[in-house]
Amino acid sequence: MSDATAMKERQPLLVVKDLKQHFPIDAGLVFKKQVGAIRAVDGISFSVNAGETLGIVGESGCGKSTSIRSIAQLYKPTSGSIVFNGTELTTASEKDLLLARRDIQMIFQDPYASLDPRMTVRSIISEPLVIYNKRGLLDKPMSAIDIETRVEELMERVGLNKAFKNRYPHEFSGGQRQRIGIARALALSPKIILADEPVSALDVSIQAQILNLLTDLQKEMGLTYLFIAHDLAVIEYISTRVAVMYLGKIVELSKAEDLYMKPMHPYTRALLSAAPIPDPKVERTRQRIILSGDVPSPDKERTGCYFYDRCPNKMPWCSCHIPPMFKISEGHECACWLYDSTDHAGQSMEEAEADALASLRAKETAGSDIGAERK
Amino acid sequence: MNKNKTMPAAAHTENSTDTALLDVKDLKTYFLTDAGIVKAVDGVSFTLHEGETLGLVGESGSGKSVTNLSIMRLIPSPPGKIVGGEIVFEGQDILKLPEKELRKIRGNKVSMIFQDPMTSLNPFLKISTQMVETIMLHNKDVSKKEALERSIEMLKLVGIPSAEKRIFSYPHQFSGGMRQRVMIAMALSCNAKVLIADEPTTALDVTIQAQILELIKDLSVKLKTAVIIITHDLGVVAGMCDKVCVMYAGRIVEKADTDDLYASPSHPYTEGLIMSVPRMDVAHKNDRLFSIEGQPPNVIDLPPCCPFHPRCHKDMEVCRHAYPPTVGVGSGHEVSCWLYVDEAQRNLALEKALADEQHAAADAVQTNARKEAAK
Ligand SMILES: Nc1ncnc2c1ncn2[C@@H]1O[C@H](COP(=O)(O)OP(=O)(O)OP(=O)(O)O)[C@@H](O)[C@H]1O
Ligand SMILES: Nc1ncnc2c1ncn2[C@@H]1O[C@H](COP(=O)(O)OP(=O)(O)O)[C@@H](O)[C@H]1O
Ligand code: SF4
Ligand code: SF4
Ligand SMILES: [Mg+2]
Ligand SMILES: [Mg+2]
Repeated sequence: MSDATAMKERQPLLVVKDLKQHFPIDAGLVFKKQVGAIRAVDGISFSVNAGETLGIVGESGCGKSTSIRSIAQLYKPTSGSIVFNGTELTTASEKDLLLARRDIQMIFQDPYASLDPRMTVRSIISEPLVIYNKRGLLDKPMSAIDIETRVEELMERVGLNKAFKNRYPHEFSGGQRQRIGIARALALSPKIILADEPVSALDVSIQAQILNLLTDLQKEMGLTYLFIAHDLAVIEYISTRVAVMYLGKIVELSKAEDLYMKPMHPYTRALLSAAPIPDPKVERTRQRIILSGDVPSPDKERTGCYFYDRCPNKMPWCSCHIPPMFKISEGHECACWLYDSTDHAGQSMEEAEADALASLRAKETAGSDIGAERK
Repeated sequence: MNKNKTMPAAAHTENSTDTALLDVKDLKTYFLTDAGIVKAVDGVSFTLHEGETLGLVGESGSGKSVTNLSIMRLIPSPPGKIVGGEIVFEGQDILKLPEKELRKIRGNKVSMIFQDPMTSLNPFLKISTQMVETIMLHNKDVSKKEALERSIEMLKLVGIPSAEKRIFSYPHQFSGGMRQRVMIAMALSCNAKVLIADEPTTALDVTIQAQILELIKDLSVKLKTAVIIITHDLGVVAGMCDKVCVMYAGRIVEKADTDDLYASPSHPYTEGLIMSVPRMDVAHKNDRLFSIEGQPPNVIDLPPCCPFHPRCHKDMEVCRHAYPPTVGVGSGHEVSCWLYVDEAQRNLALEKALADEQHAAADAVQTNARKEAAK
């Protein structure tokens, strides 16, 4: 790697700050009235460096897909900031957004549902090129022959026989369809690929083929990945750094090795201990942390730790104070009161609640002061 | 290769069958379709003892579900038909039982839970109604009140909080994990001797999966229920099963005690499968995953050959012309692969297969000639 690219790697390609994506819950048949909100993503911050893979792991419904859909601007974020390659996406003009979207591509979980069954493989792969070409948003205009050549090149690169370019998606197996999706995502030579569970629907042997293809492409083209999965082993294999999500929040963020060697958050620990390991000897001697209950529904505003209901280490303090990200070591952060410099273990529920009430009052007074100033 | 090991499997495995609870012998289940005969299950044999947990692993379409639907005689007919074999349960061949006798076993002594519990629960009926009905169907002399009490007891056993109240809920008011618990509770309320779980945790989150697997394990120890777990997850097998059958293209290609299988996988497919799953507990950085290239075969009109040969990196001439016999390679460890047959036998088999093919080709030419002449 040259010095110049090494320098560039230190600049994060994508910076997400306090991103929130809430979906309104409406009531009323005629006059829709918002009665609440699903807090799918409830304030997450992270950055992704060029050339690395940030893995996002967490259980169903924790907000993984919503996060990347909001980053890709498929949803209008409720609040927060998304800076990609220097452009603030949440306020960008339509043209800037289109240009940014050229560099941000997605791959989806379901290789069956995500490809249009009426389009040939050629049209599926070339569609982004055709659209961007028509609008004059490519670096250099492409002729029909250029596009055809590019499609063939892409098909070969992802391991598809280019002779099949006139076939339809249903004529391909799950793994091959995922390759079609990858070829399409690569068509515009993007900088970052947002991959939403790209191997979850595939059989074990096909999963390994696709994971290898994705790592090869990254090495070859210097691609950056934001990679979602619920399979901890897959995330460990593919990621440089990992973010663990729970109920719309990132609870732990760290280099992949650190996270798996020294998980800090009680949820991460439970998650790692619950994931089966394909070795009977290891399985027999493992200590499992079996969590009680299910993931709560994200439809209410929380004033304490989001993991409080199921946490085996909870303290009274956690019930009424939202933990910030505490720095554990270089590049390892964790949102849990156990890692505060003050020890909260000794505090009673009364003390904790009194403290929470006091800080709430302080905030209210501060708020009304600001209000007074504005007037 | 050790020559002593290559003895026919049948010679040393049969002595334990007298105590077997369930004995599946040479089961064949075919589907008649427009495209041809789908040999979904083509000569599957295994035994299950009281309190034992058996894993059936294999890729999608390998015949796992059809095997187990056959045991329950739930194959939709047409297009399906069990064309051969025996399924001996408690000394009786299930395949020969009249429907009335069968109903006493199905859902009673042999119970089944599915991947998606929503499909097997009636969405319009309260859990209480469904559980009471199930118990009373299989146990004529139980009163409604007793059946309800028993249902509540079972829900408590599987860890549904405040079961007395929640039993009056509808299925959609429960989470996926809770519905799966209800299914297990229903299976247990009839004192099932055999519990068949078809991908019971595939739709569930990791931490919920851990709860359910722990529950099944617990019950198999406490109630001595024998369990068949169908899964594609080698981690689940490692943690749960005493014995494993690996299926490929409608046949069992390897069968062994779990420890044995993971420590010394003998079939190239099993070996590849174990190597191709990423593991989060071992350091690997920057290694490529081992991957089995290609895809599983279509089981329509499969020629007589080892169905794995197009993907096998050890395939020989004989593999392309004859299905390998099943041979023992250690205590109860069986494998169907030509690598474990000595060379003389292999050559003999190849000669015979080639001669047969020549005969068949000659016959075909003759038939064609006759047809031509008839015109
Ligand atoms: N009703 C049917 N009609 C036609 N083919 C069928 C039918 N049921 C099963 N098959 C075929 O039989 C083969 C085995 O199917 P089966 O459902 O047993 O696979 P499986 O191992 O359970 O796979 P999965 O992991 O998807 O559950 C497949 O090729 C399947 O397409
Ligand atoms: N009763 C049935 N009628 C028609 N097709 C069936 C039936 N049962 C299973 N199949 C077919 O068998 C294949 C595998 O089905 P299944 O075992 O349910 O897959 P999975 O468990 O992976 O969801 C599918 O192609 C499905 O369409
Ligand atoms: S902050 Fe408290 S409740 Fe939350 S994870 Fe940490 S110990 Fe558990
Ligand atoms: S029989 Fe031949 S092709 Fe089949 S698994 Fe064994 S070595 Fe490979
Ligand atoms: Mg998702
Ligand atoms: Mg199945």
